[in-house]
Amino acid sequence: MLEEKFDAIVIGAGPAGNACAFTMANRGMKVLQLERGEYPGSKNVQGAILYADALEKLIPDFREDAPLERHIIEQRIWMMDDRSSSGMQYRSEDFNEENPNRYTIIRAQFDKWFSKRVQGAGALVICETTVTELVQEPDGRVIGVRTDRIGGFIKCDVVVLAEGVNGLLGERAGLRGVPSPSSVALAVKEMHFLPRETIESRFNLTGDEGLVIEAAGTITKGMTGTAFIYTNKESLSVGIGCLISDFAETKETPYGLLENFAAHPSVAPLLIGSEIKEYAAHMIPEGGYKAIPKLFGDGWVIVGDAGQFVNAVHREGSNLAMTTGRIAAEAIFQVKSRREAPTAENLSLYKKMLDETFVMKDMKKYKDLPKALHNKHLFTTYPKLLNQAMQTWFRVDGIDKKSKENEIAKSFVKSRRFGLLSDMFSIARGWR
Amino acid sequence: MAISGGTAARVEEKLFQNRYLVDAGRPHIKVTPHAVPSDALVALTKVCPAGCYAFNDSGQVEIIPDGCMECGTCRVIAELSGDIEWNYPRGGYGVLFKFG
Repeated sequence: MLEEKFDAIVIGAGPAGNACAFTMANRGMKVLQLERGEYPGSKNVQGAILYADALEKLIPDFREDAPLERHIIEQRIWMMDDRSSSGMQYRSEDFNEENPNRYTIIRAQFDKWFSKRVQGAGALVICETTVTELVQEPDGRVIGVRTDRIGGFIKCDVVVLAEGVNGLLGERAGLRGVPSPSSVALAVKEMHFLPRETIESRFNLTGDEGLVIEAAGTITKGMTGTAFIYTNKESLSVGIGCLISDFAETKETPYGLLENFAAHPSVAPLLIGSEIKEYAAHMIPEGGYKAIPKLFGDGWVIVGDAGQFVNAVHREGSNLAMTTGRIAAEAIFQVKSRREAPTAENLSLYKKMLDETFVMKDMKKYKDLPKALHNKHLFTTYPKLLNQAMQTWFRVDGIDKKSKENEIAKSFVKSRRFGLLSDMFSIARGWR
Repeated sequence: MAISGGTAARVEEKLFQNRYLVDAGRPHIKVTPHAVPSDALVALTKVCPAGCYAFNDSGQVEIIPDGCMECGTCRVIAELSGDIEWNYPRGGYGVLFKFG
C-alpha cells in the first residue's frame, strides 16, 4: 500500500503520459506514473514516425541517446488500384540537416528510453500495474486511483488520464463516452526485417536516411483508410488501417487486407526476402475536433489519444500527445504553485493554454474533413480513374493525343458526373 | 472450437511471432451467453485482428482471447450493446510487444 499522497498520478507511459510526468517531475512535483505493461512501451503501438519539434521542447538533446531509426528525407504518396500505383514523391537534401525534423522509431524501444528520462527527472514509475478505477468523492471530484496490485487506494491532487485510445477509466468514471466505430480506425502492422544494405539499396538511401510511403486506394476495398511502409534501420514497418465502422460493415479481415497490400505488385518487390518478427494491432482516433471530449474536471485532465488528439490528414498523433501532455503539466504546475485547488475551474487553464497552440488550431482547421473523407469513391473510383488515366497517357499505341485526352476526361465524367464536383467541394471545404 | 477458413489459419501464423504472457483461467474479455449471435458479434468473427472470435458448433460466437493484442476494436463494436464484457488483463499479463 502506498500511504503517501502524490501531487499527480499519470495513468499510462506513452508519449502523452511521459511528456506530462516528465514536465511535472522536472518542476519538482511529486509524480507517480502507473503503466500496465511489463515495461513502458510493451503495450504501445505506432507506425511509427517521431516529429522532433514536440520532443525538443521537452528534451532538447534527445538525439544524443534516444533510440532513433532513420531521419526521413523522402516521402512518397501513392494512389493504388489493384495492379498499378500513381504517386507523388518529395525528396530533399534539406532534410539531411544537423537536427533532422522527422525520424522513424520503434515504439517499444523509444518509450523505454523516454521513461528512463521521466524517472531521471524524479517521477516514480511503477509498471505491471493496471489501474482499475478512479476514486471519486460523491460530488465527482477525483481524489485517487485503485490498481490491481497495490492495496487500498493511492491518493493524489490530480489524475492525468494518458490511458490511450482504448482508455477504460475515463469512460467508466463517466468523464467521457465510448468512441463511436466511425470515429476510430483499426490499424494492423507487421515488422519485416531485412539487412541494412538491402533496405538502403531498395529505397535509394544512404546511411541513416529514411523514406516513408503512404498509400490509399483499392487496397482498402472501399473503406476509409490508408496503408504505409516506413523504413527503419534493419526493418520495414508495413501496415494498413481503416475505420472500424467500415470493417464492421464490409466484414473484411484486417490481416487479409494487410496480406493483400504486401502482395500488391508495387509493394511485394520491396518486401521480398524479409523475415516477419511481429504482428501488431492498434486503434487510432480519427474523429477529429468534433470527437474531442471534455478535457478537464475536478481533479482530472485528459491528454493524448485518450482525448482523440490525432490529425488524420497530416498523420500526426504522437507529437500532439507529447504537446498535450506537456501543456497539461504546465497548467497543473501553475495551479499548484498558486496554492490553489485543482478544481475544474482552475484546471480549465489547460484548455485555455492548449487553444493557443498548433494542436487545437490544426484540430479545428480540419474539423469537417473526417466526414468528407468518409466516402468510398475516394478509395475506389478515383484511384482507378487516376491510374487508368496514367496508363492512357503513358502507353504509346498509335492513338492520337487529342483522342486520349478526351478519353480521360470522359472517363471521369462518366464515373461520377455530379458526384465529382460535390466530392471536390466537400473536401475543399473541409480543408479550408 | 473449430476455426474455419484459410485466413484464420494465416492469422494464427502471424500471432505466432508475438510474445504473450497469458493469465491462464482469467480471460479479460467475455462474450455474453446468447442463443443467436447479434450482428455485432458476427462482425467480430471477421473484424478482430487476432481472429479471437469464432463460431462454435452450435452457431454461437465464442472467444479465446489468448492471442488478443488489446486493441479494443471489439469493445468499440460490441461493448455498449452488452454483447461482450471487456477489461484489461492484470498488470504485466497479455501481449508484450517487442517492437510495437
